[in-house]
Amino acid sequence: MTVARPGSHPSPKRKRGSGSAPTVEALAGASGSDRSAARAEARGSSWNPNIIVFACNWCSYAGADTAGVSRVQHQPHFRMIRVMCSGRIQPGFVLRAFEKGADGVLVSGCHIGDCHYVFGNERALEQFEKTKNIVKLLGLEEGRLRLEWISAAEGARFAEVINEFTDQVRALGPSPLANSDQLSAVSYQRSAKAARLRAES
Amino acid sequence: MPDIAETARTTRAWACYDCGKCTATCPIARAGSNYTPRRHVLATNLGKREIIDNGSLFDCLTCSLCDQRCPADVGYTGLVRKLRELSFREGVEPECPHGGALQSVMRTMAKGGTKQNRLEWLSSDLKTEPKQGEVFYWTGCTMYYDTFFTDFQLATLEATRAAVRLMNNLGVTPVVSPDERCCGHDLLWNGDRKNFELLARHNIKLVAERGAETLVISCAECLRTWKLDYEPLFEGKPPRILHLTEYLAEYLPKLKFHANPPAKRRVTFQDPCRLGRHLGIYDAPRRMLEALPGIELVEMRRSGPAAICCAGGTWSNCDRFAKQIQVERLREARATGADMMVTACPKCQIHFRCAMKDPNLGSEIEIEMRDVAELVADALEKADG
Ligand code: FES
Repeated sequence: MTVARPGSHPSPKRKRGSGSAPTVEALAGASGSDRSAARAEARGSSWNPNIIVFACNWCSYAGADTAGVSRVQHQPHFRMIRVMCSGRIQPGFVLRAFEKGADGVLVSGCHIGDCHYVFGNERALEQFEKTKNIVKLLGLEEGRLRLEWISAAEGARFAEVINEFTDQVRALGPSPLANSDQLSAVSYQRSAKAARLRAES
Repeated sequence: MPDIAETARTTRAWACYDCGKCTATCPIARAGSNYTPRRHVLATNLGKREIIDNGSLFDCLTCSLCDQRCPADVGYTGLVRKLRELSFREGVEPECPHGGALQSVMRTMAKGGTKQNRLEWLSSDLKTEPKQGEVFYWTGCTMYYDTFFTDFQLATLEATRAAVRLMNNLGVTPVVSPDERCCGHDLLWNGDRKNFELLARHNIKLVAERGAETLVISCAECLRTWKLDYEPLFEGKPPRILHLTEYLAEYLPKLKFHANPPAKRRVTFQDPCRLGRHLGIYDAPRRMLEALPGIELVEMRRSGPAAICCAGGTWSNCDRFAKQIQVERLREARATGADMMVTACPKCQIHFRCAMKDPNLGSEIEIEMRDVAELVADALEKADG
């Protein structure tokens, strides 16, 4: 029996760059060695990764703005999630992104000493180390996760980091979790609904 | 998928005569929360849907203390789990106190596709068998816990190492596998049956492929899951599933302990709810502790079937009530005069150590915590002289 859940996708397959690169659909159908062959093919091709960038409101997000305002070109294959301070970025955020199939996750914040909440980024660093160790245990490539301090003035550096990281993740190919046929049953909508119901009760 | 009415039938909720013993017993209710098992049972009997919508089911510790006391034999813990599945299906899920990190780790394993690096703790002095063997040692997720809970000097891996050392001492080279995945315990108790079954099927196949006839487990939660929840999923003959202490107790005369213990220690045993009330294993760990030279076992005021749990079983609840339960329990342990609290579940260690961090109480509730396997391994006569 299935119950329609608002906002949930029965089969959340992702759309990716077209061209000669294998599509997600093609990859999803493949299994085992097929899939790794497909992944090998995806490397170096025009396949584009899905990257999640966490950025703090005061520096790195503003840094991305600076890049935009100064019209610095960079690769666009990422979604940015703004938080007030990098200290907010706990392991659960990053692990959830990977669980959902992100090919790479970039954590960014103000330079050490510049955090607008004094020591938020020191906390972020601790959390990042922990997250990295969990990611390693899970067997995901370490290159899929990165931490960078980017200030509001460093638009060019933002572009540079994004380009470098995108290339690095592209070289690694799609995340092994990106197109599993056993997609996890949970969606963000669930938590939202739970929170709402709690608030109402 | 069972509905509310069916849950009332299968868990004997219908037999409830509203005496309220469950609420009077419930550790969270006693700590002052307005949580009440009795009302849940009533709502189930009346088929009230609010019960699966309002998320209150996720506050239950699932420690099963109320089941122990219920005169009508209502299976409240089972009822909570069934209803949580319904809740989860409706989009209500627990708020994990650790930001969902642990759930993500478990679901990532359920997806599979990566090669985990979960055996890096295996040192060269530990003999294990990577492929085929009669005895499979289930390591559990202690390596993840030690990596994640860096704040309170958690060393649950020590117990995992100790278990292998003990088996080696008995001349057994257990199979351990990097392909082991989370047993799915917490996902199941969070209501996520789908991912639980993915993990269960993978694990059952893994152990069967290794030709293991005996499966030895040191984590109380993994043991419960393997023994009770995997049961309907086995194809063919399931392995013999034993808790490490049960396994060791069988070979007790073969274990050589050193004659002169360095210091006498008074210890108390914290019954993990999964090992005790869920599985009825009370004696094996105590037998092992009592056999150790220089160890004196003293019981807490509430022990065995009456033991109070660590109040954090399924990563679905942590609040001031849980903290209060933990603090009280630690006080109880201290009152025995013991200088160490021994347990057989990594989660007991995580939650009690967390409670000990309370800066206002500090040394008042501080007590050394170790796993029973570590104590037994420490008492072994050193090999080769
Ligand atoms: S505000 Fe940017 S890291 Fe804290």
